[in-house]
Amino acid sequence: MFAFTGHPSASAKQPPQTVSESGTVLLELSGVGKEYSEGNKDTQVLDNINLCIREGEFIAIVGFSGSGKTTLISAIAGLIQPDRGKILKNGKVITAPGPDRGVVFQNYSLMPWLTVYENVALAVDEIFKDWPADKRRVHAEKYVRMVSLGAARDKKPSELSGGMRQRVNVACALAANPDILLLDEPLSALDALTRGMLQDEILQIWEQEKKTVILITNDVDEAIYMADRVIPLNPGPNATLGPDFVVNIERPRNRTELNHNQTFKKCRADITQYLMNISMEKAGQTIL
Amino acid sequence: MSNQLIKFFNLTGLTWFVPIVKIAAGENPMLQARQLFLIMGVPIIAFVFFLGAWSFSASKVNTSLGTIPDPADVWHEAGGLVDEHYVEKQKQIDYYHRQEERVAKAKAEDPNAEIKVRPYNGKPTYLDQICTSLITVFTGFILATLVAVPLGLLCGMSPVINTAINPLIQIFKPVSPLAWLPIVTLVVSAAYVTTDDSWFEKSFITSAITVTFCSLWPTLINTAVGVASIDKDLVNVAKVLRLGWATQIRKIVIPSSLPYIFTGMRLSLGVGWMVLIAAEMLA
Repeated sequence: MFAFTGHPSASAKQPPQTVSESGTVLLELSGVGKEYSEGNKDTQVLDNINLCIREGEFIAIVGFSGSGKTTLISAIAGLIQPDRGKILKNGKVITAPGPDRGVVFQNYSLMPWLTVYENVALAVDEIFKDWPADKRRVHAEKYVRMVSLGAARDKKPSELSGGMRQRVNVACALAANPDILLLDEPLSALDALTRGMLQDEILQIWEQEKKTVILITNDVDEAIYMADRVIPLNPGPNATLGPDFVVNIERPRNRTELNHNQTFKKCRADITQYLMNISMEKAGQTIL
Repeated sequence: MSNQLIKFFNLTGLTWFVPIVKIAAGENPMLQARQLFLIMGVPIIAFVFFLGAWSFSASKVNTSLGTIPDPADVWHEAGGLVDEHYVEKQKQIDYYHRQEERVAKAKAEDPNAEIKVRPYNGKPTYLDQICTSLITVFTGFILATLVAVPLGLLCGMSPVINTAINPLIQIFKPVSPLAWLPIVTLVVSAAYVTTDDSWFEKSFITSAITVTFCSLWPTLINTAVGVASIDKDLVNVAKVLRLGWATQIRKIVIPSSLPYIFTGMRLSLGVGWMVLIAAEMLA
């Protein structure tokens, strides 16, 4: 049921993962590194990140806070440029941010002076400039309804709860019709119940739209519940990606049954164990 | 509708009207009346105390050159000025009346007579002068806003332009209106030739432009700060959407720096008032 494509005990430097399964490669990161310098002291945030993502995949990257997850997603989005290595999308190097990579940021990045609909329409109007106004309106409204905010269409973000705001963000990102959806800890600021509901909604939308999704999270359960493949990010500095943990659980997954599912339990134990070990190792290194 | 009005009043600093709008919208009148007392009644009470202190202390100051007028004197004199205004207005009406009669009479005697019509040139009263001052200060203020807001947007958006302009701002900000005035007068006098039927008087243009020079700095600085402190996430959203330059300014930059712009404009208007008196005295 369970397949490891790497070994938890493998050293930090890994060869690029080989793609054996079907599906075209959409995104490829090879040897990506990023550092921030402060004075003459360089802090290496990311080091030798290798990752291959196929079309339609749902990938989760789990890691401790401060391990460089946001840096990684910013690099994929094109908001920052890596110092080393290459990020290729459809074989082309990513040099700038663009609407083909929709990002949902951790803090609800909505225009506070625009209503829900206007926030979504801002994205739609910019990206589908050549569409007639009617078509754009229908398109924007479709996504507002898709995240079940039809009733809150004309509300300002300040009148919405955290979960609703994050839904608007998802709608904004999806309405731009991206190839990849980058979710940067979208649910970490929400309470447990809202979080669960939104997980299901995102999964539902993913099934409908068949987008490639990269989810960044610090919650192992969430990662396993949602993703096809869970990849731990070893804690920074010098953060590298750990081995793949492929989640072979049938979809649609049932949250209540999952708690008794042996595969799920084993997967969770393995990933948690791996993360604990690697963080102990790192802690040992810094003391030395 | 009422929400928008409230937002407008809050933004412009006219918070006095907010409870009134809320009462009109049907909110709990008791609660709003309390609120109204807090923001309107308390300042009025404080003002009454100030008047009391004024009239008490004014009677204590007694120098060889005279005494300080107390509030009652000031009130009396203000009444005198208003009366004077109406007297002057009546004179003006009478003058035109007489002129009309004369013209009519002259026309009746000789239809081809060349008749000169002269405008009334009595002295302007205090109320007229206050109106002139108001118009001058607002003209200067509007000019200042038109210059400062676009320049501030530019400074806030480009660190290069900001560092280039910042020393100039620091140098010119504290320059006194009395120092601007000779330069402005020089240029305006040379460039603007007045005739009998020109739209503006020279002194009006000179003082308005001096007000502009002195009052544009707070708006400029505040706008630049407001634009520079836009939420990083919103800027990232704009980048991801690849928003065009104009759309970015219209949809993100201006709305999010609007509170700063208004604060700057409020400060500018205050500076404008201060500068106006000096400028008008000498213009």
